[in-house]
Amino acid sequence: MVDLFSLLLTFFMLTTSFRPQEATVIDSPFSVSEKQAPDKDLITLIIDSTNRIFFNMDNGPDSSTKYRIDLLKQMGERYSIKFSDKELDKFSKLNSYGMPVKDIKTWLTTDDPKVKEELQQGIPMDTVDNELAMWVRYARLVNPRAEVAIKGDGNADYKVVKQVMDLLQENKVNKFNLVTNLMKEEAKLED
Amino acid sequence: MGEIIQEEKHEKGGKRRPKKHSTSIDMTPMVDLMCLLITFFMLTTAFSKPKVMEITMPEKTEDTAKPKDAPKVAADRTVNVLITGEDELYYYIGLANPNEPPLPTMMKTNYGPDGLRKFLLERNANVFKQVTELKEKVIKGELVVADSTLNRMIREIKKSDKKSPIVLIKADEKAKYKHIVDVIDEMAICNIAQYAVVDIAPIEIKMLESVQQ
Repeated sequence: MVDLFSLLLTFFMLTTSFRPQEATVIDSPFSVSEKQAPDKDLITLIIDSTNRIFFNMDNGPDSSTKYRIDLLKQMGERYSIKFSDKELDKFSKLNSYGMPVKDIKTWLTTDDPKVKEELQQGIPMDTVDNELAMWVRYARLVNPRAEVAIKGDGNADYKVVKQVMDLLQENKVNKFNLVTNLMKEEAKLED
Repeated sequence: MGEIIQEEKHEKGGKRRPKKHSTSIDMTPMVDLMCLLITFFMLTTAFSKPKVMEITMPEKTEDTAKPKDAPKVAADRTVNVLITGEDELYYYIGLANPNEPPLPTMMKTNYGPDGLRKFLLERNANVFKQVTELKEKVIKGELVVADSTLNRMIREIKKSDKKSPIVLIKADEKAKYKHIVDVIDEMAICNIAQYAVVDIAPIEIKMLESVQQ
């Protein structure tokens, strides 16, 4: 038994890649696509079942690049919010988020998980001040190689997804990925 | 150790057996710890890496004052798939032009294998057969090619066929995201060469309304 356990333990330790903590639960739709999602250089736009929009971007291919820090700095300048080095550092270690830019400082400084949860209202995307477009634009400035993926919940409204797609196209992103789960389907031609 | 035992023997006259030392260690704490670690790793591991479906959208024209002509496609090749709420799926063949009646008839279908897939497979039989044969050859080992070459060959087949359907996917405001993904997925399953997600036209909304009544 001990032998088996050590074997299993070694297996899990070697093969493990930690599941990232997401701000919301997403139930992706199924497809037959077997293409793997790139794990680096990826901008992810998450749309949950209540049509909130979240944004995520990775730090880049290796530990020397800190794209998230650059991104937040630029967004801070755009909306005249000053972020301290500590806040920037904390931001670079986090994952997806969905809140207006003005709330990010509170989100980074607070330790109360309840407050953090309440802040996740979704990134505003109205015509007056399209913050999501800004995030996408600066993210692509910071990391020009980044691909864009849309991770939508199956029950999200198409209207919202369409808005997001239109927004991407306005920013000259015509090719993007839709995140799905794999489900094999058989198709046969009837004689 | 042998020596020690011999010494003991001499002392006690060789009659009594040497005291047995237990050689096993108590492993319970180690097993406990291992159990805990295994559980931890099993729960935190992300096994299935997310898959992605790549789509390319038609480029938008900046110049709204001078809209580009809609791409001219043969009307009988065009299949319009209309997605609306409550799992309702319709399709019609040809073009719906309000100035040129009669309007094409709407057909109701569903997301299952007997619905849209059956219809598309019938329309796309030629391409689908060729692609399946090619893939079978590769699986059986009759044809050995790299994945990229295989993909190129499939693309060639798709391109060479001039009768395969061109599918336009349109969704109204009641549609859910999963419906769109399902329909795009059907395109991949049926090996449809050309398809696009486009905006729904006002005439089509009217057509949907009249069918739904």
